[in-house]
Amino acid sequence: MSAAADVTPYLRAMQAIMAREFLRFVHQRSRFFAALLRPLVWLLAFAAGFRAALGLSITPPYQTYITYEVYIVPGLCAMVLLFNGMQSSLSLVYDREMGSMRLLLTSPLPRWWLLLSRLLASTAISIVQVYAFLGVAALFGITLPALGYVTVLPGLVLGGVMLGALGLVLSSFIRQLENFAGVMNFVIFPMFFLSSALYPLWKMAESSVLLRDICAVNPFTHVVELIRFLLYVELNWSALGWTVLATAVLGGLAIWAYDPARGLTNRGG
Amino acid sequence: MKSPLNKGIGAEALSFRYGAKTALEDVSFSVAQGTFCALLGPNGAGKSTLYALLTRLLVAPQGHIRIAGHDLGQDPRAALARMGVVFQQPTLDLDLSVRQNLRYFAALHGIARADMPRRIDRALSRLGMAERAGEKVRALNGGHRRRTELARALLHDPQVLLLDEPTVGLDAASREAITAHAHDLAEQGMCVLWATHLTDEIRDTDRLLVLHRGRVLADGIARDIRAGAPLKDWFLSRTGLAA
Repeated sequence: MSAAADVTPYLRAMQAIMAREFLRFVHQRSRFFAALLRPLVWLLAFAAGFRAALGLSITPPYQTYITYEVYIVPGLCAMVLLFNGMQSSLSLVYDREMGSMRLLLTSPLPRWWLLLSRLLASTAISIVQVYAFLGVAALFGITLPALGYVTVLPGLVLGGVMLGALGLVLSSFIRQLENFAGVMNFVIFPMFFLSSALYPLWKMAESSVLLRDICAVNPFTHVVELIRFLLYVELNWSALGWTVLATAVLGGLAIWAYDPARGLTNRGG
Repeated sequence: MKSPLNKGIGAEALSFRYGAKTALEDVSFSVAQGTFCALLGPNGAGKSTLYALLTRLLVAPQGHIRIAGHDLGQDPRAALARMGVVFQQPTLDLDLSVRQNLRYFAALHGIARADMPRRIDRALSRLGMAERAGEKVRALNGGHRRRTELARALLHDPQVLLLDEPTVGLDAASREAITAHAHDLAEQGMCVLWATHLTDEIRDTDRLLVLHRGRVLADGIARDIRAGAPLKDWFLSRTGLAA
């Protein structure tokens, strides 16, 4: 009952939730290969084609001319986080249809802690995938500063939590798995394409200033830029600030969305 | 104020609506320790809503719920810690073993790691599932899956056990086994609330709570309620579902 209440049950539950997600992940090997293949297709097919079409001048954090493949690596890391965050929300909808969400939410631990644990578990899985992708990219000759592989980690955690929280919010509004296709069309694709993942914002401004402005307020852009700078052992403060803000807002919304007074099963049957 | 403080379930003036549709209307009842109470109602009577309220998946805007002496609204964690639930939907991870599923649940309920093997073994042998501990749930039949869920619900020694139509989809032998086991648990002192729409799962000496169109239609001992008629006939005539 004291403020120094035993935290062991909290950590034990978090560990169990993480272990469960990892076991599920290991059992779905196809999911891992899909997650690895997706950014690699972009890197090897899309980027190779665009290389000739897109000239990139020297902008921070790059200190020299870079090829297009090098440019899109951070965006593709963020793409892994985005897809995985949404995949995780898909599995939440599945969990809810299957009832295992009920099991989680009737645990005597606070709901926010359970949701946070779930969020960190899915983020951890995303990060494994990002490093696998960076490893394969390195095999194809796209390498980064050695220290960058370490410094990017906190950015991946923050970005993963933010996109996972977005997934949680969306999952609370989706009643059935079938509606998830809509999420792909209306959330994942716009977020990805209207960001700095594939083109730098200044390049975007050459064709449309409005488009550039939309990209600039897209939180996904800031996740991409945060990762881009951290990969080169630099910190983009504004990207960090926007990502932290978006994480706080989406995290708060997720807790609100799963508040029992609003009701997990409030919308129907 | 009227309901005596007990270690079972107390529900007072519960109402709940989904938008304009009323799901529960002024539902009050209490179930004491050591009682097997059948909650009987046709589909759509409000049983699932009541279970969602009792397990705090939903919060009723009106009314109070007490679980094992703890107010669910004011002290949800204490109340949930004393409650075991078998949900209507299957909630096992099919790709994990029986033991892994139980360990996951034990961790969610804050059971110490050193304590887990003993509790898991005890719960599984209680339900005759000890030799299947290492099997993947996917390999189990429906009856064994249900037994695993019941074993899991007992891991943390709850005082109150809620089962929401736990025999759906089971064969006659498995149904009988699970029903008998739940009765044994009540005899051992647990408060058991068993939702069903099947009258043959209810014994004459059971406490019976009949829910219809979101209201309590009858509350008493099954034998007294059916008043000489077969329970099935009584139920069909009162819920207007007779052919």
